[in-house]
Amino acid sequence: MESRTIRFIRRGELVSLTNVAPERTLLEVLREDLSATGTKEGCGEGDCGACTVVLAEPHQGTLKYRAINACIRLAHSIDGMALWTVEDLAGADGSLHPAQEALVQSHGSQCGFCTPGFVMSLFGMYQNHVCRGEPVTRELAQEELSGNLCRCTGYRPILDAAQAMAGLPRVQQDEQAILRQLEELALRQEQSGAPGGSSYMAPRALPELLRLRAEHPRAQVVAGCTDVGLWVTKMHQQFAQVLDLTQVRELRQVEHYDHHIAIGAAVSLTEAFVALAEQRPQLKPFFDRFAGLPVRNAGTLGGNVANGSPIGDSMPLLIALGAHVVLLGVRGYREMPLEDFYTGYRQTVLAPDEVVGWIKVPRPVEGEFLRAYKISKRYDDDISAVCLVVAARLVGGVVTQVGIGAGGVAATPVRALQAEAVLRGQPWTADAAQAAAAALREEFRPISDMRASAAYRAEVLGNLMQRFWLETQGHERINLESFRLEEVALP
Amino acid sequence: MNAPEKFVAGTAAQPAVGQPRIHESARAHVAGAATYVDDVPEVKGTLHAAPILSKVARGRLLSVDPAEALAMEGVREVVLAADIPADPLFATFAHDEPIFARDTVEYAGQVVGVVVAETVMQARRAARRVKLEIEPLPAVLDVREAVKQQSFVLPPVTVRRGEPEQGLARAPHRLAGSLEVGGQEHFYLEGQVGYALPLEQDQWWIYSSTQHPAEVQHWVAHALGLDASAVRVDCRRMGGGFGGKETQAGHIAVWAALAARKTRRPVKLRLDRDDDFLVTGKRHPFAYDYEVGFDDEGRILGLKLVLAANCGWSADLSGPVADRAVFHVDNAYFLSDVEIVSYRCRTNVQSHTAFRGFGGPQGMIVTEAMLGDIARALGKDPLDVRKTNLYGIEDRNLTHYRMPVEDNILHPLIARLEQDAAYRRRRAEIAQWNAANPVLRRGLALTPVKFGISFTATFFNQAGALVHVYTDGSVQVNHGGTEMGQGLHTKVCQLVADELGVPFERVRISSTDTAKVPNASATAASSGTDLNGRAAQFAARQIRERLAGYVAEKQGCRPEQVIFAHGQVSGPEAVMSWEQLVDDAWRSRVQLWSDGFYRTPKIHYDKATLSGRPFYYFAYGAACTEVAIDTLTGENRVLKVDILHDVGHSINPALDIGQIEGGFIQGMGWLTTEQLVWTGQGELATHAPSTYKIPATGDVPGHFRIALWPEPNREDNVGGSKAVGEPPFMLAISVWEALRDAVAAARGDGRAKLDAPATAENVLKALRA
Repeated sequence: MESRTIRFIRRGELVSLTNVAPERTLLEVLREDLSATGTKEGCGEGDCGACTVVLAEPHQGTLKYRAINACIRLAHSIDGMALWTVEDLAGADGSLHPAQEALVQSHGSQCGFCTPGFVMSLFGMYQNHVCRGEPVTRELAQEELSGNLCRCTGYRPILDAAQAMAGLPRVQQDEQAILRQLEELALRQEQSGAPGGSSYMAPRALPELLRLRAEHPRAQVVAGCTDVGLWVTKMHQQFAQVLDLTQVRELRQVEHYDHHIAIGAAVSLTEAFVALAEQRPQLKPFFDRFAGLPVRNAGTLGGNVANGSPIGDSMPLLIALGAHVVLLGVRGYREMPLEDFYTGYRQTVLAPDEVVGWIKVPRPVEGEFLRAYKISKRYDDDISAVCLVVAARLVGGVVTQVGIGAGGVAATPVRALQAEAVLRGQPWTADAAQAAAAALREEFRPISDMRASAAYRAEVLGNLMQRFWLETQGHERINLESFRLEEVALP
Repeated sequence: MNAPEKFVAGTAAQPAVGQPRIHESARAHVAGAATYVDDVPEVKGTLHAAPILSKVARGRLLSVDPAEALAMEGVREVVLAADIPADPLFATFAHDEPIFARDTVEYAGQVVGVVVAETVMQARRAARRVKLEIEPLPAVLDVREAVKQQSFVLPPVTVRRGEPEQGLARAPHRLAGSLEVGGQEHFYLEGQVGYALPLEQDQWWIYSSTQHPAEVQHWVAHALGLDASAVRVDCRRMGGGFGGKETQAGHIAVWAALAARKTRRPVKLRLDRDDDFLVTGKRHPFAYDYEVGFDDEGRILGLKLVLAANCGWSADLSGPVADRAVFHVDNAYFLSDVEIVSYRCRTNVQSHTAFRGFGGPQGMIVTEAMLGDIARALGKDPLDVRKTNLYGIEDRNLTHYRMPVEDNILHPLIARLEQDAAYRRRRAEIAQWNAANPVLRRGLALTPVKFGISFTATFFNQAGALVHVYTDGSVQVNHGGTEMGQGLHTKVCQLVADELGVPFERVRISSTDTAKVPNASATAASSGTDLNGRAAQFAARQIRERLAGYVAEKQGCRPEQVIFAHGQVSGPEAVMSWEQLVDDAWRSRVQLWSDGFYRTPKIHYDKATLSGRPFYYFAYGAACTEVAIDTLTGENRVLKVDILHDVGHSINPALDIGQIEGGFIQGMGWLTTEQLVWTGQGELATHAPSTYKIPATGDVPGHFRIALWPEPNREDNVGGSKAVGEPPFMLAISVWEALRDAVAAARGDGRAKLDAPATAENVLKALRA
């Protein structure tokens, strides 16, 4: 099958690569083809961050920078972008970038193997915050570095470095030059015409995507590849053809309507979460706990939904909010409540000629009380043992409307219909909450696995409903998140 | 030469030692220019290997069918036990591990052979297509079941002192209990990797990410039937070790070398992270049963303790690990009448191995747990009970293995930390806070550490180094220790720079290489700087003494009058630059390079009677930790940590603080989020960072303060320093004790039966039990 050329900008120059198999990862291409061995493989599944690199794309006249995991990124997907690896930051005279110099001065490297990944995450923060005049707080550093693991330092010096970068002499990227180069690249792509039956297809318009999907039903559809990447690195899958929908301009937007927002399937989790948190700010801590930043920067909300993992965290939320999913195909579109999209373990109603197009999320209504709870072994960047999201509309002390989504308790993300039924239309009292907790504990038959036992999952589901009750009653101090840094500092 | 740490007349102020020098590789780390084994440019023709793993915990290996794998694209060879030219067992101490499984498999993850292919992914794909016919046999997966079946890798060991039965009988109070503490995956960020290159005349070059190049050399030579002198092992640095690359690296190197031998091509073997989890050993999980008797003050009068170490399928380092656990049951406390029975259990899981602390943490934690329980049983503050039991200075100072504790600094150290961390005030505040909050509970604990420094295998306590001064005055140092991030090379360069009186920047380190310093011990047991730093210092000292003699002769003075400092050499008659002197000396045919050798004094240990002085000295420390738990879910968080730790006179405070912080956080991971789960069939279910959770940035406590105890090592040790690699790990026992404090507060009945790690589920279980 014809293989298309990958073109990207690195160190101010155009890099062209030909004959790259569709399942080869960016990390492999960097290390094996470009001898750029500064970027490391730590886990091969986007969990440790040693492979972090930074991508940039044009966005409203400037560059949008994203730190991503090279180990699970298909090399073809960076076509048309600018790329920085750890080798690309130092000046021509060898002077270190502030992200690097701050790490050195803070004693932030010990064995040094995670260091290139931290440097790149710091570089992403530098471009996205420091260069925009925003301070790097301790909280921001912890949040944005939660996808980078270090086994040596205990992180304190790395967090110090994140905060120290801004105090060093500013280093700017030549954004105008890069933007020009990216424009030229885009023009070249347009001229080279619509992708036909090549092994890696990345259409830029929706009709094109739908046509290719219909013509190549066996092509592997990918978005951010934060799960499909593992099928390659861990399950050793090879693909004859890949259909990448992340370049489809119609799907790269969040559209705002009177009663809902529509999140395109190519919108990254980072951006989708910004849009959702604008309307429901209480969700921010929950979103910050979804994987690590490089995964949120690469993965898409549509991908999380289409993937259908029973332990994906966005679906319980979307189900509780009453979100709908819109499926697109050459035959037309259809729309359904998200919970109806799933038919079994990683099984959905999606037809071979369809793709997930949009997720429609209703706007908050008056009286909505919403909480999203996640139980996992580690606070950040972990997969839920149990995820429970409760959205109740409380009007005059009565539950007029309720949505409860749960993850980690069944073969698919689910709606807790029985617990909802217990509450709907009832006065919101301690007894009602207890009844709902009891219903939740009974409603599912979770499994025991390495994340938690079935008994724990069932018990905690009910206990989280108890927490929800307490929160509606104005209790603070009932959640570990209530401990803020300044409160624990000694006088 | 065990020269004492004399202050040689003529040595000026020391500009490098004692300074927080930046890690010698830091600039290379951040630039992506630091080379690890997988980054070494590949020699043309290099092939890649991937292991073939058993999926069965125990069984008869009836057949291996590689046909399908061999037919796959890029695949060159399948290498099995039959391809081993010499001894089919690894050259381990116990000599009980087949290099490749032959007739039986002993754990799920055991390596049966390797597939060799043109690319890494081709090899990995093909390795899964090798068909293994295995007839399953009953497996022992539980450590208590192993004790019951007397399934041991090594015979049990009992240590007794005094009359524990009488101590228990006369004690006014008694507690009996049991405890389970989980293992720990090293999760070095750089996975195991070896690269074997056949050279001319059956000589071999091995790049290995190893803490023990000499052992890799020995194992490869042994497996290939070669002289050790035919095998050269090189390691510039590791991307983390933590004990996991002590013996385990040898396996990878031997597999790569066997593959290279069969294909006559260079072969690299880099384990996929999941395979690394499945194949290699981890920290030993332990199970405990104890009965302890104590008086009204909480002083222990008698103790009977059973330690069951889950060693996995082979002995590996389990003997010394279990020994060190026995040696550290006392932690900081005098146990007058005690019996410790140590079982070294054989189970059908990975062969557990060295991991920072090397059994010490597993020995200490059970005693700390007992002291916490004793305090709660008596209604006393656990810190008071701990203090009551501390080793004395003049009396009550003999360990259960009959080594006197001569350098005890814990009384003033604990007192200072108690003050600095406002322990008593916070204890009261927390009690108040807990009474007022319905869902969350806070807990507090202050626990000490006393950790013995020296390899318990006495012969390992030796080291060599080479220092080369080149004619331009630049200095290269090489020693037998390896760099895994701990900063050993930086400290050694500091010591050598000061010994020669040259700027730190003039001294370079080269990769650890068995062709330079032979027969080196593992870089382990926290002893890297103590041993290699001293050896390098002695090497440099010999050069300096020779140069001083040369100057003295020319200037007509005594050698002691020649001063080496700041890159200058001064005698009574003239001052010259270091570079000038070196050039002159070379032209006068003065030897400008030297070796150095060091062996630790005073230590001896009788394995038969389990008594003697296994440790040169002890390193001390204490941590005060505050936590919060959520009684609805068991979730927990570490809020505040204050540490006061003893590194003697710090050679490099920045590096030492880095070891303390990193060790603490790693220990916190062991006791909180890092849970290893095996299925009922003995397959490790947590085999990647997606399922095995080491601490991340968000787990760093908001308040995390480290202070260093300001006193030099009382024993004569390099620069007055103390070893720092392992001891801080055990400061994290304070996290676990604080969690139990919070559990007990929530329950209100003083009970806190909490197994480690304290996952949310385990904490909730402890709240409900």
